[in-house]
Amino acid sequence: MKTLSKKVTEKSPAPIQERGGKIWEILKAQNFSARGAGAAKSQALGGEYNFAYLDEDTKREIRRALLKAVAIPGYQVPFAGREMPMPYGWGTGGIQITASIIGPKDTLKVIDQGSDDTTNAVSIRTFFEALTGVETTSETAKASIIQTRHRIPETALSGEQIMVYQVPLPEPMRHLEPSEPETRSLHALFEYGLMYLKLYEDITKHKEITISYDYPVLVADRYAMSPSPIPRFDNPKLNQSKALHLFGAGRERRVYAIPPHTKVKSFDFSDHPFRVQSWDKKCAICGAGDSYLDEIVQDDQGNRMFVCSDSDHCQKRLKEGASALDFEAKSEISPVRASERDFEKDRPSSPLKAPGGEKPGHPVKKPLSQSEN
Amino acid sequence: MYVAVKGGQKAISEAHKLLEVTRRGDTELAEISLAQLQNQLSLAVDRVQAEGSLYAPRMAALAVKQAQGDLVEAIFLLRAARASLKRFGYSEPIKTTAMRPRRRISGTFKDIPGGQILGPTFDYTHRLLKPSLMDGEDGVRKVGQDREPGQDSQKGLGGLGDPLEAWEDFGAQAPEGPKPSNGGELTGVASILELEGLIETIEDLESAQRPFDLTREPLEVPLNRGGRLQALARADEGFLLALAYSSQRGFGSVHPFVAELRLGPVELEFRAPELDLVITVGEIEVTECQTANQFKGGGGKPPMFTRGYGLTFGHNERKALSMAIVDRALRSRELNEAIKGPAQNEEFVLYHSDNVEASGFVSHIKLPHYVDFQAELSMLREMRKKLMAQKEGPGPDGETSGPESKKE
Repeated sequence: MKTLSKKVTEKSPAPIQERGGKIWEILKAQNFSARGAGAAKSQALGGEYNFAYLDEDTKREIRRALLKAVAIPGYQVPFAGREMPMPYGWGTGGIQITASIIGPKDTLKVIDQGSDDTTNAVSIRTFFEALTGVETTSETAKASIIQTRHRIPETALSGEQIMVYQVPLPEPMRHLEPSEPETRSLHALFEYGLMYLKLYEDITKHKEITISYDYPVLVADRYAMSPSPIPRFDNPKLNQSKALHLFGAGRERRVYAIPPHTKVKSFDFSDHPFRVQSWDKKCAICGAGDSYLDEIVQDDQGNRMFVCSDSDHCQKRLKEGASALDFEAKSEISPVRASERDFEKDRPSSPLKAPGGEKPGHPVKKPLSQSEN
Repeated sequence: MYVAVKGGQKAISEAHKLLEVTRRGDTELAEISLAQLQNQLSLAVDRVQAEGSLYAPRMAALAVKQAQGDLVEAIFLLRAARASLKRFGYSEPIKTTAMRPRRRISGTFKDIPGGQILGPTFDYTHRLLKPSLMDGEDGVRKVGQDREPGQDSQKGLGGLGDPLEAWEDFGAQAPEGPKPSNGGELTGVASILELEGLIETIEDLESAQRPFDLTREPLEVPLNRGGRLQALARADEGFLLALAYSSQRGFGSVHPFVAELRLGPVELEFRAPELDLVITVGEIEVTECQTANQFKGGGGKPPMFTRGYGLTFGHNERKALSMAIVDRALRSRELNEAIKGPAQNEEFVLYHSDNVEASGFVSHIKLPHYVDFQAELSMLREMRKKLMAQKEGPGPDGETSGPESKKE
């Protein structure tokens, strides 16, 4: 954020007569030629655009919405989303947030389904590489901004990192109440009876809560919030997290945030506490027993293997000497009560970690709440 | 090895190459030019401009070409280009009354001040495929070239005569009908009803507030009429058509008359702040439709005709007409009418009318959902396990065979 305000060097606009009446000419003048110090060349996109695609006014507008979002944790702030060159549903909300906060010194990581090399993650990363020239990484610890779809990395986040989530449906009660003015009223009145009713019905019908992902949370004891379609396995990572979490819903035109060190509680009942998914399998590549696992169908005979959904976590463990053979030695994890689990503090550091501590960190940005704005 | 973790990069770049080859098709054939698209597929270009909400014929033609004729994709391309443009101001309201229409019709009055002009329309054509258009035999002579005697009756447009003649004469012939009273300006037909107080005046409807800007402010309902009209102007033509149709068929209350539909160029004026001077920056072509609708009174209004309004870039009659009907349907709440159909439901219409949004969200399920699917998979297994355990129950001997299997 700091770096951005410095690099905005808008030339005063040319008088309108010089621009002429033809929009094509204006477009060519404005967008297909270099603009300001931050302009980045992009062969891939067939022209030259402003740094991170959006114009500076739009970025500022989005940052203002984000500041409001940080000030009211979990509250959905309306913003005028723009059409991005990717389709709605591909992560335009997250892309707009990243475009608005990214500066030349940032290091960006983009994941989809936990992996850096799934097609959509590749596409978004390539977009920002082309339009900002910033360094990108697949290592969670090295990134200052992590844009994600459907996962939170297994590696604990630091206070120097910003998570950017792509959100399809920001309203946690949308499937219970289709009308937006209605749900906004419910939030305003702190009226979450609907949500509890849904959980109660689940329990009476199915003996348990059947929301497996996009499991609603209550932020700072005030606003019900959709954590985006992360598996509920990831929900506890949001509680008292050191990182800043920003959520963007492009099509629905909402941004919201969880500032660092905020209480985030998954909806539940005291006699039916929230719990996360667990497996009786380990990762077939690195042997991890505490990560979210993807099921890989190996043939049509019903053979399956399970591997870490977080590919960086998996690779890191392999580099550190872990192997699938290790998993025999480790105990299985059991369902853990979310309220008892604090990922940042209680997580045992990996016994496999190389001695000598971590490498000196990459220059990273300060979270929004601490920056001078 | 499985593809989920590695290979995305390569797959994408290869796929993009294949897409380019598919776009080009047979390289023995000449590449299509933007000028050709702008001229010979002008209605496609117009639709892309209207729903792309950017008046830029050449860019729209480029979008159509790049999208291989997929207009929703082309609209998306144009919107994305539009989003990267800096907003430097708002134009003055366009004056459609100052338009010199190349088409102007009314379904309410036979004679209108300024006259009716049928213009270029499909309306009264017989929808028969024209073999004469195959392989460059369209029978339209080049401008400036003399007409060969007897040419049109043998090939070309089947006895239509020389099509260029109509075009050449169009500028010279003044349309028939009563002359407009106020110089060259063509008052809207709907305004003629105002004289008798039989229709809402425009003043009833307009507020002097700063125009709402859908591209700079988030869409929220309820929205004022200006905002709704903006959303409708960029809305998907097919969606609006279906809504207008449903409203006419009974899922709503609109019984519209086309007071007027006009098509032609209007000047675009811009007040340059540094000069405090209004200057004309160009000309755009628009289609405007005004409807008059039955209204039996309510919401503080006596029985009168109420208005619906449609406006699009370029030549888009179906869209402009549908828009006017849906605009009127969306005024049901204001006019105290019963909400009977989806076309009257503001939230339903506005939230689902944008084809860039709709297409994106519907298509996004093509993206991987491994994680969520995995979550559902384990949930399902757990639920089934529980159910089985329940069925089996703690039998007398603690063994299998629950009550269900005993029945069999």
